[in-house]
Amino acid sequence: MSIASMDTPVTHMPHMAVGHAAQSAAGKKEKISIRGLNFFYGENRALKDINVPLYERMVTAFIGPSGCGKSTLLRILNRIYDLYPNQHAQGEVLLDGKNILSPGLDINLLRARVGMVFQKPTPFPMTIYENIAFGIRLYETLSKSEMDGRVESSLRRAALWEEVKDKLNTSGLGLSGGQQQRLCIARSVAVKPEVILLDEPCSALDPISTAKIEELIDELKSDYTIAIVTHNMQQAARVSNFTAFMYLGELIEFDATDKIFTTPSDRRTQDYITGRFG
Amino acid sequence: MSDATASMSGLYAGRRRRNAIVLTLSFTATAIGLGILVLILGTLIVESFRGLSMKVFTEMTPPPGADGGLLNPIVGSLIMTVLGVFIGTPIGILAGTYMAEYGRYNKVTHVIRFINDILLSAPSIIIGLFVYELVVAPMGHFSGFAGSLALAVLVIPVVVRTTEDMLMLVPRELREASSALGMPKASMIGNICYRAARAGMITGILLAIARISGETAPLLFTALNNQFFSLNLNAPMASLPAVIFQFALSPYADWQRLAWVGAMIITFAVLGLSILARTFSGSRK
Repeated sequence: MSIASMDTPVTHMPHMAVGHAAQSAAGKKEKISIRGLNFFYGENRALKDINVPLYERMVTAFIGPSGCGKSTLLRILNRIYDLYPNQHAQGEVLLDGKNILSPGLDINLLRARVGMVFQKPTPFPMTIYENIAFGIRLYETLSKSEMDGRVESSLRRAALWEEVKDKLNTSGLGLSGGQQQRLCIARSVAVKPEVILLDEPCSALDPISTAKIEELIDELKSDYTIAIVTHNMQQAARVSNFTAFMYLGELIEFDATDKIFTTPSDRRTQDYITGRFG
Repeated sequence: MSDATASMSGLYAGRRRRNAIVLTLSFTATAIGLGILVLILGTLIVESFRGLSMKVFTEMTPPPGADGGLLNPIVGSLIMTVLGVFIGTPIGILAGTYMAEYGRYNKVTHVIRFINDILLSAPSIIIGLFVYELVVAPMGHFSGFAGSLALAVLVIPVVVRTTEDMLMLVPRELREASSALGMPKASMIGNICYRAARAGMITGILLAIARISGETAPLLFTALNNQFFSLNLNAPMASLPAVIFQFALSPYADWQRLAWVGAMIITFAVLGLSILARTFSGSRK
């Protein structure tokens, strides 16, 4: 309970102090509204009555100790949990006012609007070019030159173009981990989603790749609504506008990032960000 | 201290002894296995070398005492093997795909897997009898088609097994990533999972070919044999294993020599396929 332990570098991120000072919810459009959300793995209730908004063209970070449900929450937003039996969600997740949990919804169209990047880089077993083009072809018919242009702009967007422009026809599996992850981001961006979900996108990467991806997130938020799950609190502080702290399947606190990291209102949030548990 | 060292060196000496014993045993076992293999291959090569000539590939099986080759059984074996693989592979791949992709969590998949494993190790003569009852008896005569069918039944469980296993090895993350792009399931399976599992699936097919190309029992009840050249699938068809069986048991020296040659052709074809299968599974990234 020492005062000294509260004085962590987290609260003194210079970037943050200038960047997202005085972020507030006033006047922002809710791209996604999560209301009364419960989630079950079989009988096991993993999320308890979650209420949280994702504001349009903002980065929202989800932090909390392992097993708190933050990845589970993210996996509801594009209903990727649907791949597995025995997992189901209750409540409302409104995307532009429409509940994505309603049974009639076309799940593939939803996923085309809500892209996702995973913890482990997941390049498809095909060329770099095809990795990007494949997703685009699912929903659009482009000419060769349009496709080339889209592939290039997506790769540029992910800050990967310069590194791969001479080897677009080699396998995506031959890239380094950081490059693979940026390829996956490029692939998500290429299909022009509205929301991008990032599930610990940097946890398998070295610091340089991590920095590149964080820069990228900063870039992308001008066009996309972004939700990121991270174990790294400095990262949350650096990249996000809003932060949600979760603990044991509950949403403990949601607020502007600088508020959460400087003057959290809940004791548990404060304990977590000062490294007392988790 | 000296006590501890002494007991330690005692332990260590024991360990060394055990190591020496196990090493000797493993070495002997390896030597026996390899020795037998060398003996078999050596006999095969020496015995077949005397009968090897271009005639083997250009002439029909001869009557005893005459000159001849193995053209009709070689062609018959090729036709039935290829047809068997063409019938069996799609069924096997589709069934394996169902088990790994669609019915992974269903009870029926466990039942199918169990039955498939039984089929995988069923004696092939039973498959021959099954096809005999199913095709040969109603049609009233042996046929190359019935032979192909019997071989197809042998192909299916091998391909089902390897397809399912290889698809199960495709990482969960890859499936999630494809779905997360809005990719429909069929497209995900066809374009992502098959691609990721391709090397293993091809290996499975090659191994299935290797397995059926040496089968005799299922062919004896179905395609029987034919001493003449025939491309008619509705008539009995010669095959290398059946001819080897017939010629090797005969009292005629020239027939026996041809049987050796036939055995060598099959052996090296299977060897070639295995090497091919190895290269495929080795080239997996």
